[in-house]
Amino acid sequence: MTRAGAAIVCLTLLAAVIGPAIAGVDPAFQNLPLRLEGPSLSHWFGLDELGRDILARLLAGARISLLVGAVVVGISATVGTLLGSIAGYYGGIVDDVVSRVSDILMAFPGLLLAIAVVAVLGPSLTNVVLALALIGWVGYARLVRGQVLRVRELEYVQAARALGATTPRILARHIVPATLPALIVQATLGMGGAILAEASLSFLGLGVQPPTPSWGTMLNYGRSHLLDAPHLTIFPGLAIAVLVLGFNFLGDGLRDALDPTMSESRRG
Amino acid sequence: MLRFLARRVTLTIPVLLGVATLVFSLIHLIPGDPAQAMLGEAAPQADVAALRSQLGLDRPLLEQYADFLSGLIRGDLGTSLRTRTSVTAQIVERLPATFELALAAMLVAMAFAVPLGIAAAAWRGTFIDHAAMAVAMAGMAIPNFWLGPLLAIVFAVELGWLPVSGRGGIDHLVLPALSLGLALAAMLARMTRASLLEELREPYVRAARARGISRSRAVIVHAFRNSLIPVVTILGLQFGAVLTGAVITETIFSWPGIGRLLIQSIGFRDYPLVQGCILLIAMTYVAVNLFTDLAYGLLDPRIRYQ
Repeated sequence: MTRAGAAIVCLTLLAAVIGPAIAGVDPAFQNLPLRLEGPSLSHWFGLDELGRDILARLLAGARISLLVGAVVVGISATVGTLLGSIAGYYGGIVDDVVSRVSDILMAFPGLLLAIAVVAVLGPSLTNVVLALALIGWVGYARLVRGQVLRVRELEYVQAARALGATTPRILARHIVPATLPALIVQATLGMGGAILAEASLSFLGLGVQPPTPSWGTMLNYGRSHLLDAPHLTIFPGLAIAVLVLGFNFLGDGLRDALDPTMSESRRG
Repeated sequence: MLRFLARRVTLTIPVLLGVATLVFSLIHLIPGDPAQAMLGEAAPQADVAALRSQLGLDRPLLEQYADFLSGLIRGDLGTSLRTRTSVTAQIVERLPATFELALAAMLVAMAFAVPLGIAAAAWRGTFIDHAAMAVAMAGMAIPNFWLGPLLAIVFAVELGWLPVSGRGGIDHLVLPALSLGLALAAMLARMTRASLLEELREPYVRAARARGISRSRAVIVHAFRNSLIPVVTILGLQFGAVLTGAVITETIFSWPGIGRLLIQSIGFRDYPLVQGCILLIAMTYVAVNLFTDLAYGLLDPRIRYQ
């Protein structure tokens, strides 16, 4: 399953990078006389409500999905690691503040806070990234804090401290690297989550705005044509499900490879 | 038990206050003048000033915050900008529909997850296990905003068995509940399998088998009941995910609940209503988490003494 996940992710990445160039069709080109036409040899996935090629738009949308996923995970992991490691290492009031803030953010279920933030800031790609990173860092901070609490008492860290290493050096060279395996797994699974979240917001009309192609927005517009053109709904949804499945397979596989105890308990 | 109860309730109070503070500050995150943003750029200045005064935005921030909190304690969430009616009344009117959908979705989740999880654990390592877990993984990846329309295409449009939207009898509930519950079912199936496998390794199950009890009876009667405790806990903790999912599902199926009200109020820039919906969903989530915690403490004494 890990290989299948890696293959899906690599193929999507490749499609996002070179796909739009080799597709030979402008994702914004409108062929109005052929609007809502079903899949054919010339348009494999058919045309949308404005006569735009759905395959070309899916390839362009893959860039948006992967970009949002990478940026959200990048910001969340960086902020979460920084705050989690400081909270875990220093403890005391810093730990209390970080923990209480994360408790409050965790009190908002799933996407709700992101919906609220985008609702007040206005729908745009930047605001989607901001909103998702605002809730995304909490998971990383909790994970890293827990790992730091475990690692900071190990002998090699105490040895580094006894040898006079500064706190930033201990954190950067000895503690954070020890949390990397868990972070990599979380980030891989987080990519799938961020892609799904962006698509959800775009589906609700709160994410990427037209004419920029996004898988969630495509699904949103497909809703009005469920009866006469179901291909508008089927292909973007399939793309989201397959890519998220790819990241979930990859994340699960990496967890098994990097954490043998987890692997054992999952196998039973 | 009373000390455990008091400690858990006390820990929840600062979280609730934090949630209220964050929701209060949302309106102040609006770029520029919030009153102008709500009425639009073309609105006359007199109207903007009147709205600013109505919302209390012309008063000091601390005074606004104190008013907001005292209103919250009294159950007064303000007045809707569009309908000029009480936000609380509108939310209370929509609440039963959302709870009905959420409970139905959780029933759907349990109905699918339990047999799938039991089958996977009972036939561990076989084709059945791999197939069940592959289905569960796929279920977790399929977004409910895709599953919903697909179910509508098949069962409402093609077969004509079920209505495509609105709230009415049981038949109206089937598609939204399936759309919302299946992703949760996928996660719970994995959880049921892992939990049941753990129980099956316990000495009491081996002892039961040694006494000549059949394998299926050992699984269903002995191990399954104990394995349900963590599964039900996770189900409770996932109530938040169900509430968020309901925002999307209610939009797809025109289900008249709080989720749809939230999205409609965002469209109308009715920010007091947006604040009310967000606050209510978050507070419901915190309350359900608290009850799940308390129930778990009641079932498992070890939790109380931690």
